[in-house]
Amino acid sequence: MQDQMSRQKNKYSSRRDFVSKAGKILVTAPLVALPLALSRKTTASGYVWQIDPFKCTQCGQCKTNCVKTPSAVKCYHAFVMCGYCDLCGGYLRQGVRTISTGAENQLCPTGAITRRFVEEPYFEYTINEDLCDGCGKCVKGCIDFGNGSLYLQINQELCDNCNDCLIARKCPSDAISRVPAGRQYIHKADGPPVPES
Amino acid sequence: MLKKLLPYIFVFIFLNWYSGLHAQDRFPRPEFESDYVYPEHQAPFQRSYLLDYLDVAVLIAALSVTAWLAVKKRSRRGLVGMSVFSLLYFGFFRKGCICPVGSVQNVSLALFNSDYSIPLTALLFFIVPLVFALLYGRVFCAGVCPLGAIQELTGFSPVKLPKAAETVLASVPFIYLAVAVLFAAMKSHFLICRYDPFVGIFRLDAPHTILIFGALLLLAGIFVNRPYCRYLCPYGAILNIFSRFSGKHLSITPAECINCRLCENACPYDAILKPDAVPTAEERKKIRKMFLTWIILIPVFTAAGALVFHNLGPVMAGITREVRLAGEIRLEKESGIEAVSKDAVAFKEAGKTEDELFTEELAIIHRFRKASPWAGGFLGLSLGISLVALTIRTGRTGYEPHRGKCYSCGRCFKYCPVQVSKKD
Repeated sequence: MQDQMSRQKNKYSSRRDFVSKAGKILVTAPLVALPLALSRKTTASGYVWQIDPFKCTQCGQCKTNCVKTPSAVKCYHAFVMCGYCDLCGGYLRQGVRTISTGAENQLCPTGAITRRFVEEPYFEYTINEDLCDGCGKCVKGCIDFGNGSLYLQINQELCDNCNDCLIARKCPSDAISRVPAGRQYIHKADGPPVPES
Repeated sequence: MLKKLLPYIFVFIFLNWYSGLHAQDRFPRPEFESDYVYPEHQAPFQRSYLLDYLDVAVLIAALSVTAWLAVKKRSRRGLVGMSVFSLLYFGFFRKGCICPVGSVQNVSLALFNSDYSIPLTALLFFIVPLVFALLYGRVFCAGVCPLGAIQELTGFSPVKLPKAAETVLASVPFIYLAVAVLFAAMKSHFLICRYDPFVGIFRLDAPHTILIFGALLLLAGIFVNRPYCRYLCPYGAILNIFSRFSGKHLSITPAECINCRLCENACPYDAILKPDAVPTAEERKKIRKMFLTWIILIPVFTAAGALVFHNLGPVMAGITREVRLAGEIRLEKESGIEAVSKDAVAFKEAGKTEDELFTEELAIIHRFRKASPWAGGFLGLSLGISLVALTIRTGRTGYEPHRGKCYSCGRCFKYCPVQVSKKD
């Protein structure tokens, strides 16, 4: 009787042993297989979110959807593309009566663009990043009536680099995507980004 | 006045016409006569990736310390300290991104899409806590996860839920996991990040709905401790599976259990298992019968799950943006209801044809139909296995933590009267 008991007990423990060992192997296998499967698809430097200025349609979602307030999206100026116009589509509201720096004439709701006289008839426009809230009004203005030298970019210092970018999800023109961290900004003057193969 | 403006109006009209001809550089670049130099292009801050690797190092260090505190040192106070540290570092300092919970999606996105390469840090964040779970149980939940920590530190007066409610709610993480992996693999949404309730609190900035959701969960968590971990967390579901096979797990008693039953109600997470009663011969027969029934039913559950999800595939595909947009455009075409959403406006501006959009829609639905049965099959399989597990007797003689459910929080330590003198 005792012999049978001990044999049964023995059998039991070995069966449980078997199940637990099998389970251990079963869960360890994917843990080993995963890095192997992804070994060719891993980047050491990672990604950041960035706006492709050539796809952006200035819908205004960047201003409101970013988890940061004010948005991490800011306007940047590619000076080499700028026409240095007196009548600037990005600086002045449409149909202004006088071309001046008066607040009532400015397109930017926060007054983040500074206008400076260079020489007749050229003016330089600089963006004060601290005031910019990424609404994209000036960008739209500059594209509608200008060279399109103003463009929106995500400032990587302010960006929290969320795993799931809220603006990217809302962007109607698919302009926001993950870009390799090696090239964190898409300079508009350099032309459209070449997609990675 | 009008006279003064007239040339501008003419220029404006001319340029609008001219701009149609040349998209770029409508205005020639100026040739400056003064010694004006172009200002340097504003080159903003470049993100450094060192901090991400530092995160991985901190993660490994924190996991090691927590494992030591839970398994060897048996110090509840130490574990609370680790929770505070992780809440401050991973939560408030690193703003909760990236966390292992969200990395599940990066992994599935990389596995099923050729155009996404996973950052090494994200892969490590996914794997390292699982390795630790395989070695020491869910030490990640105990003191490293910032989402767990914020709930652990606010759970003051635990209340036990009815057994049935607990069982049903505890199955939600598996469903959430299956759906989240499916959506990430389909490149549709990162659901886990989107409905992360506490990341808004870490950043003190989020859509108000998420902040309210987080606050409500924390309020509920005062009584039903760790509601997110227990009833939602999809990474917890994976840890649950891994922890069941852990090599060395926290134990309630430092030595032999004397069955004093003092710890019976110590666990707010319903994770303390009572000793197994020795079954009678008749019960044993009944249990064996149940065991066989459930084993045979596992393939049936799996098939049923796969079928249900196969049919749900197109519904889930409808959440994807392209499919929703295609629906809106089709509605406009068929019944004249104007598509006014921002997506629709952008689509009309972008010059993509409707046929292209509808082909894309079909491709997405097809992808969902192909992939969703796997998610359903996984759910059916887990249901089957959990039912089989109910019928297995482990021959426990003392009180033990449930290795899958135990968060290694260490609340049960102080209830155990068994003492081991340090000299031994």
